[in-house]
Amino acid sequence: MDTVRFILDGRLVEIADVEPTRTVLQYLREDLRRTGSKEGCAEGDCGACTVVIAELTGDELRYRAVNACIQFLPTLDGKALFSVESLKAADGSLHPVQQSMVDYHGSQCGFCTPGFIMSMYALYKNNPAPGRSDIDDALSGNLCRCTGYRPIIEACLHMYDYPAPQDNEQQLRKQLLGLRRATGQSLELERGRYYAPASVDELASLYQQHPSAQILAGGTDVGLWVTKQLRELPVIIYLGNVVELGQIKSNQGNIEVGAAVTLSDAGDAICAQYPEFTEMFRRFASVPVRNAGTLVGNVANGSPIGDSMPALIAIKTWVKLRHGDDVREMALEDLYLDYMKNVMRPGEFIEAIEIPARDEHLELRCYKLCKRFDQDISAVCAAFAIRLDGDTVSEIRIALGGMAAIPKRALLTEKLLTGGKWNESSVTTAMGKLAEDFAPLSDMRASADYRSRATANLLYRFYLETRSQQPLDSEAVNVFAVSG
Amino acid sequence: MEDRVKQQARETAPGTSVPHESAALHVAGEATYVDDIPELAGTCHIALGLSSQAHARIKSIDLDAVRAAPGVVGVITAADIPGHNDCGPIIHDDPILAVDLVQFVGQPIFAAVATSFTAARKAVGLASIEYEPLPAVLDVATGKSQQSWVLPPMQLRRGDAEQALKSAARRMQGHISIGGQEQFYLEGQISYVAPKEDGCFHLWCSTQHPTEMQQVVAHALGIDFNQVLVEMRRMGGGFGGKESQSAIFACITAVAAYRLRCPVKLRLDRDDDMLITGKRHGFEFDYEVGYDDTGLIQGAKIDMAAQAGFSADLTGPVVTRAVCHFDNAYYLGDVAIDAYSVKTNTQSNTAFRGFGGPQGAIAIEYIIDNIARELGKDPQEVRKINFYGQDERNTTPYGQTVRDNVIHELVVELESSSDYYARREAVAAFNRTSPVLRKGLAITPVKFGISFNVVHFNQAGALVHIYTDGTVLVNHGGTEMGQGLHTKVSQVVALELGIDIARVRATANDTSKVANTSATAASTGSDLNGKAAQDAARHIRNRLAGLVAEQHGVNVADVEFADNMVSWGSGQIPFQELVVRAYESRVQLWSDGFYKTPGLNWDRDAMQGSPFYYFAYGAAVSEVVVDTLTGEWKLLQADILHDAGNSINPAIDIGQIEGAYIQGMGWLTSEELCWNEQGRLTTHAPSTYKIPTITDCPQKFTTRLYRNHNVEDTILRSKAVGEPPLLLPFSVFFAIRDAIASLADNRINPPLRAPATPEAILDAIDAVRAEAK
Repeated sequence: MDTVRFILDGRLVEIADVEPTRTVLQYLREDLRRTGSKEGCAEGDCGACTVVIAELTGDELRYRAVNACIQFLPTLDGKALFSVESLKAADGSLHPVQQSMVDYHGSQCGFCTPGFIMSMYALYKNNPAPGRSDIDDALSGNLCRCTGYRPIIEACLHMYDYPAPQDNEQQLRKQLLGLRRATGQSLELERGRYYAPASVDELASLYQQHPSAQILAGGTDVGLWVTKQLRELPVIIYLGNVVELGQIKSNQGNIEVGAAVTLSDAGDAICAQYPEFTEMFRRFASVPVRNAGTLVGNVANGSPIGDSMPALIAIKTWVKLRHGDDVREMALEDLYLDYMKNVMRPGEFIEAIEIPARDEHLELRCYKLCKRFDQDISAVCAAFAIRLDGDTVSEIRIALGGMAAIPKRALLTEKLLTGGKWNESSVTTAMGKLAEDFAPLSDMRASADYRSRATANLLYRFYLETRSQQPLDSEAVNVFAVSG
Repeated sequence: MEDRVKQQARETAPGTSVPHESAALHVAGEATYVDDIPELAGTCHIALGLSSQAHARIKSIDLDAVRAAPGVVGVITAADIPGHNDCGPIIHDDPILAVDLVQFVGQPIFAAVATSFTAARKAVGLASIEYEPLPAVLDVATGKSQQSWVLPPMQLRRGDAEQALKSAARRMQGHISIGGQEQFYLEGQISYVAPKEDGCFHLWCSTQHPTEMQQVVAHALGIDFNQVLVEMRRMGGGFGGKESQSAIFACITAVAAYRLRCPVKLRLDRDDDMLITGKRHGFEFDYEVGYDDTGLIQGAKIDMAAQAGFSADLTGPVVTRAVCHFDNAYYLGDVAIDAYSVKTNTQSNTAFRGFGGPQGAIAIEYIIDNIARELGKDPQEVRKINFYGQDERNTTPYGQTVRDNVIHELVVELESSSDYYARREAVAAFNRTSPVLRKGLAITPVKFGISFNVVHFNQAGALVHIYTDGTVLVNHGGTEMGQGLHTKVSQVVALELGIDIARVRATANDTSKVANTSATAASTGSDLNGKAAQDAARHIRNRLAGLVAEQHGVNVADVEFADNMVSWGSGQIPFQELVVRAYESRVQLWSDGFYKTPGLNWDRDAMQGSPFYYFAYGAAVSEVVVDTLTGEWKLLQADILHDAGNSINPAIDIGQIEGAYIQGMGWLTSEELCWNEQGRLTTHAPSTYKIPTITDCPQKFTTRLYRNHNVEDTILRSKAVGEPPLLLPFSVFFAIRDAIASLADNRINPPLRAPATPEAILDAIDAVRAEAK
């Protein structure tokens, strides 16, 4: 039987008998009595439990903030864990991120503070000179109800003013290398309740044998099934150790994103070609969620309010499905049948998605509507892609989330616009046509009426930004692009 | 930034911006909250079985499967409560566990007690409960039309409002809708109870009101108050949500510990916390106002209907404070207020920072905003002409004379420092040419009454010990929830004894040390407990000075305590040496202290009197940009000037002001409470309930303290700062309205409801556009 091995405070920890769904937070608080990390929500939405995980990706040592409350303990295998208790120096002095937080009055009740400290620690490790927007992004998953954030921002801006501690990164690299499992060596815990295969072939074969197993990648949704719905997951197959699935490949300009690639990494790669998606990926979720969750996980989950699918559908993304040795590919929009239902057979999984190389004549926008800028679930997420031939629409794709039981294209509206003029009058007509494509629901995020009106208005916003005569800049149509 | 704090520290001596007493512990994860206390052997954990119905008779309950579930050691129902099945703070209408009748979705019916939290949670789902549904009232309008009250309606009358309206040159009427707000303390509700010898219990509880927890637990168990000890070191946020509503959890946990004779902990999952506990009261207002051509108000009539939820809880005093803050900073002439505490089949709404004051005050701000647009004036102009006067027009509708009014000077200073008038021009210029986006700007004032509206709550006690190494321990009746109370009280004691704050340690609130304490609420924490601690320290200092006088033949009045030294005429001695000498001379080195706020009176039936010791003032300017296609918006700039009197700790006060501003902005914008048709709260976790995040903090954010000394003899002449700044972000809401109104040349009043979500904003935009056609 295998054990889970990771580094904590410079020491090797080896755990033999572990409940696969035990969270890192439960382990820290209940097993180790390291109570600095807090539970505020147990769903990855408040950040009070934030810890930092370090791992070697190739030769690169990466530090990433994640939510301990929804991270399963076995997924730490081969990595290093840092909690708030890890930061003080041996002589008891505070780490610069901690001292800065004290000096700039960044804590009041203090309950969210350890989580902020760990997000700041990851920022400190990853960015030597962050600006305000970097700070906002790094801390977008940490809720504070007391301070109003201004002193925390000050603390972030000043944390580099203090002498930097001497971290022994050579030692950590050596330790992490020592934890690497031999190529092709998979991990199996507790008589087959938790598998972490090391190759795609092995994964395909395991999943065929255990078609009812739960595939686990980032766990940003599966984690909640355990912490909130108290679901039992009898067999888990974890993708994080499959090296091929963690890769982003460039294929004649096409981008292939493997099933274990995080939202953070996938977003960076995609936005390099499609910068119009930058705000969507930024607002997709907080950094800890993007660091754990995967893009393919979002696609496979198929929620109608998943933010990536409208964008990916608009640019004609393909999915590569794998079942045993069989591989099939299809357009992403064909994956979905109905609410949380898709075409995949038992034992079949998404190996990768393929994003086509950018068509240089493409005009593209992606808009997300919700109640809050950071870490919110969309009421509507809309992606518009158009190719114009002069004033004529040669092709348009409109894909929407939050408007139907699945992420869905506005086929009737697209048809109406295709071949016609791209002008005020045709767009106004098309805005009315959207009502034939969608009959959205009312819920706590927005009413059906708002969803419909706002979606029509977003089509108009897209027109204003892409019309041939005096197109508007984003600062003229997007409040978040207006500088304060 | 640091320079600013330092500068303000100098300007407001003796106050200095020492860090929060627990800051170094917070950042290291070493500050202990209730769930961090090492668990006693044999500790069991609770999960609660909740009603799935908004209003129903319980036909049958079968809990056999719960009892048989793995890890379960017991199940607690109302039948297990040895004393009273009630934890209501004022009225006895709050069952600890429901019997026969459930009154909202989320009401606790039973508790599963198990060896682990997870086992208890899993067991709860195995219960089988049959209900017979009853008609449910789910909104204020329905409740009001059915005269469904938790308390009798309240009335306040001054003069003849009806006549004033008739004789006014102009009249206007309308409706205003203001939503509620979840406290969203980051640390959820938690209680931990250990049985002790001789039928006693030790309760660790995250609560703003340890004394009340002691009392309700004793009532529930049918034991004496002296058998229950409550200890509370710190909360991970309270905001009012842990004033009365920690009680139900303390009681359930105590009953389980009593029955099972083991330590028991009840830590709520976030969703359960939000489903069970009450929130800020949402209000619906119907008003009629009379005014002249300048906008001067002659009289106002208003109906205030508050969503109380299923029980009274603190709704009575909340609605009273709403009534007493309808005037905000304005003299309103003849006034008629009718206030209704509407019973609905929802969570029992409770205290939340401001305690009804913000709801009452936003109504008059909305009305003045409307008057200004009717008259084609800048709302700021109409606000200013209606401000309370200094020597006339200075009596509130409830009969208190406003004696410390600084709102004129404060607002003028802020207009200047924020460049209000130039920015108003700039906003108008932007809006003339911007095709999609509109900017808005607003300045709103705050006047907030300080004291509990119940006179006898305005008392506090403290205990100060000096040890022979010269260090000091202070204990008082207040609780620390992040507001820096312990830091301020330690500063007061250090100043009184002339020693470094490093020598003073504040300790956990403990009902066995200071008895019969009031809730840490109504912004009174520092005022009351600071004075009580000062009194205790002063007793000891006087004894020490007396010893010096006796031994050195000087006058007591000539003995000074400063810089860790005690000096007189020609001599001096280190404080610590004097303490040792005092000990050896058998001088008592510890003392109690006591304080009661002077001069308060309140006639609850007539709603008249002087319920407040003084008023705190402030004002804020907010500038926003709004997307007229989607209703999205962003705060571009905030400028705040706030009156904390002679601030004891400027950094802590600024932290309270900025925190309240952002929190209040959340209430009025992104924080939306939704219930579905079955009465189930659908926004019961941070995934669906959106409090402000870091990006919502504006890039340009300037907060300054107004130079002021309290005219009343408060602690170091400071002013309370917990709640008043919660009203500052009214300016955000009215800036959004200003932006929307620009679509129709500021002629039409946008029917904007709060919270101003993108949907609410787009609704108001579409309404304005429709009316302008």
